[in-house]
Amino acid sequence: MSAAPTGKTPSSPADGIVLQLDQVTKRFGGLTAVDNVSFQIRRGEIFALIGPNGAGKTTLFNTVTGMYKTTSGTIVFQGKDITGLKPYRVAGLGIARTFQQIRLFSYMSALDNIKVGEHHRMRARLWDSLFKTPRARREEREVEAKAMELLKFVGIEDQAYNYARNLPYGHQRRLEIARALATNPSLLLLDEPAAGANPQEKRQLMELVERVRGQGITILLIEHDMKVVMGISDRILVLDYGERIAEGKPQEVRTNPRVIEAYLGKSA
Amino acid sequence: MRWASGWFQSRNRTIYTLLIIGALLYPSLMDIVTGGEGNHWIGTAAFAGVFVLLAIGLNTVVGFAGLLDLGYAAFFAIGAYTYGMFASGQLLASPLHHEFHIPFWVMLLVGVFVAACFGIILGAPTLRLRGDYLAIVTLGFGEIVPRLVQYLGAGSPIGNWTGGVNGIAAIDPPKLPIILTGPWFGLGTPFGVVKNFDFFNPLAYPLDFYWLMAILIVVCIVLATNLQNSRIGRAWMAVREDEVAAAASGVNTVAIKLTAFAIGASFAGFAGAFYGAQLSLVSSDNFEFIVSVTILIMVVLGGMGNIPGVIVGALLIYTTQYVVLTNLPDWTTSLATAVGLTGLNQAHGDWVGLHDEVQRLNYLIFGVILVAVMVLRPQGLFPSRVREQELEKGTEEQAVFDLRAEET
Repeated sequence: MSAAPTGKTPSSPADGIVLQLDQVTKRFGGLTAVDNVSFQIRRGEIFALIGPNGAGKTTLFNTVTGMYKTTSGTIVFQGKDITGLKPYRVAGLGIARTFQQIRLFSYMSALDNIKVGEHHRMRARLWDSLFKTPRARREEREVEAKAMELLKFVGIEDQAYNYARNLPYGHQRRLEIARALATNPSLLLLDEPAAGANPQEKRQLMELVERVRGQGITILLIEHDMKVVMGISDRILVLDYGERIAEGKPQEVRTNPRVIEAYLGKSA
Repeated sequence: MRWASGWFQSRNRTIYTLLIIGALLYPSLMDIVTGGEGNHWIGTAAFAGVFVLLAIGLNTVVGFAGLLDLGYAAFFAIGAYTYGMFASGQLLASPLHHEFHIPFWVMLLVGVFVAACFGIILGAPTLRLRGDYLAIVTLGFGEIVPRLVQYLGAGSPIGNWTGGVNGIAAIDPPKLPIILTGPWFGLGTPFGVVKNFDFFNPLAYPLDFYWLMAILIVVCIVLATNLQNSRIGRAWMAVREDEVAAAASGVNTVAIKLTAFAIGASFAGFAGAFYGAQLSLVSSDNFEFIVSVTILIMVVLGGMGNIPGVIVGALLIYTTQYVVLTNLPDWTTSLATAVGLTGLNQAHGDWVGLHDEVQRLNYLIFGVILVAVMVLRPQGLFPSRVREQELEKGTEEQAVFDLRAEET
């Protein structure tokens, strides 16, 4: 299949496959960060990516979103080959993401952060912006209302006019998710959304992830906390040294000897 | 926070109100102060307005989009030369053998367009660079344009296009088919209608340039403010804050930076056309590196990212550099005479005389003033909310936070 990257692939919106990776490899010089990984994500599921530190999870995210160029292999999103597309094009097609280290626009209000997510769907041209045409005004109003709605959805509407950098950590995580949702994605990539959160915040975040899924958005999740992953995921893919070592339902993965070995070492 | 933003807006409104009142009263005030000889100062104010336009333009590039442009004067030159070449006898000497006298009002827009095109030509290959590298490339561009303009004079292999080191003189002034005269052209001016009005008409000069400049500045403020609060302004800020996150949020970062460059350049083209018209002369000397630096200083010192702050910065720096420092040697000489130290004014031995000595120290004095302002107010005089927070609280807050985290 990888031999014909532009050919018709078996995944199309109709058969419920949202994202399909085919033998994707990413090398940095001599280091193979992602090694020949293939998997499929079905519409509406929460698909988790786990593995020890340095297993290549974030590299895989960066490859899917176009931040890195794949060394080989193809990535197909909703029936369209997106291998090698620029990040903003990938985002425009409907893949949104958050970052492991939160990357908000620090000196912009929470509301404006979300509005940036809506940028690519806005139609105001340079002319409209310069002269504040009725069309631009109307669009601004719509975008503002939509952004407020998203702030409510993630539960931080009282922070609308605060600078992103002044928000508490947990709220920043939520804001990042809201900004990702503003791009109107079909697939949301979350890179350790619960990192650094206390147990209660983790529960709330996972409840938020469930609600996002409830909106019909498919979720690809990287998470270290096994309790969280096992509780929320429909399927799990385990990476180790860039290689796929297991895939399946949480229960299957939990008892897989290779997974236990990867996490605890051989002698254990 | 809403309160803070309200305070911020009301401060900007106060600055704008004072600027408008100042601009309206300035001509009469100058006439009164100088006893009817205010024309020189009114003309100077119109030139200061050119720098206000330039500062507003550079602010979109540096303040909004966060791209350091060290060659901004090049776009200013392009605007001025575009007007100069097509509104004077210059091109008669060129291989075209034909002189053009296209009206100022048309050339104002052509200047904008040509400068924007050059902004795109420079930006397209270079905006993939970040930070320091971009600064170096723009610095080079700022050096190339005046050099090229000097070279394309008499004797160049492709003909005399720019007048070379002599520049272009006798550039057409703006003209209007009809104009209403009245007290706005000086208190004693009677009401009346002048046909085929020329901006160098002694009846109205230099107040006509002054009012024209005021109108242009108002237009530019409105346009720049609209942009700042639009989809594009937001994308500029997003790119400034975090380019990777902006791209992941669906912003075409290269295109949006190119827009910033082109818009910034077009303000300079606008200012350049006016400058050529009022001075009726363009010469490459007026667009050297020091001009780029001066405009950048206006932006940084006034308050990067905040349009009224940048305007105040432009006016203050212009006054300091072209009024105070230029006249300082004369002022000190008269002061010395007045207090009876005439001996200081004569040169003897190693002493070159007070006048020349002060002239030598001009840039030193300017430098000391700049350093003093930046030490006392690193965020600029009237900064945007962003810079204010960044420089007043930024690092301290984080340090405290980290310490607490260590303790628990």
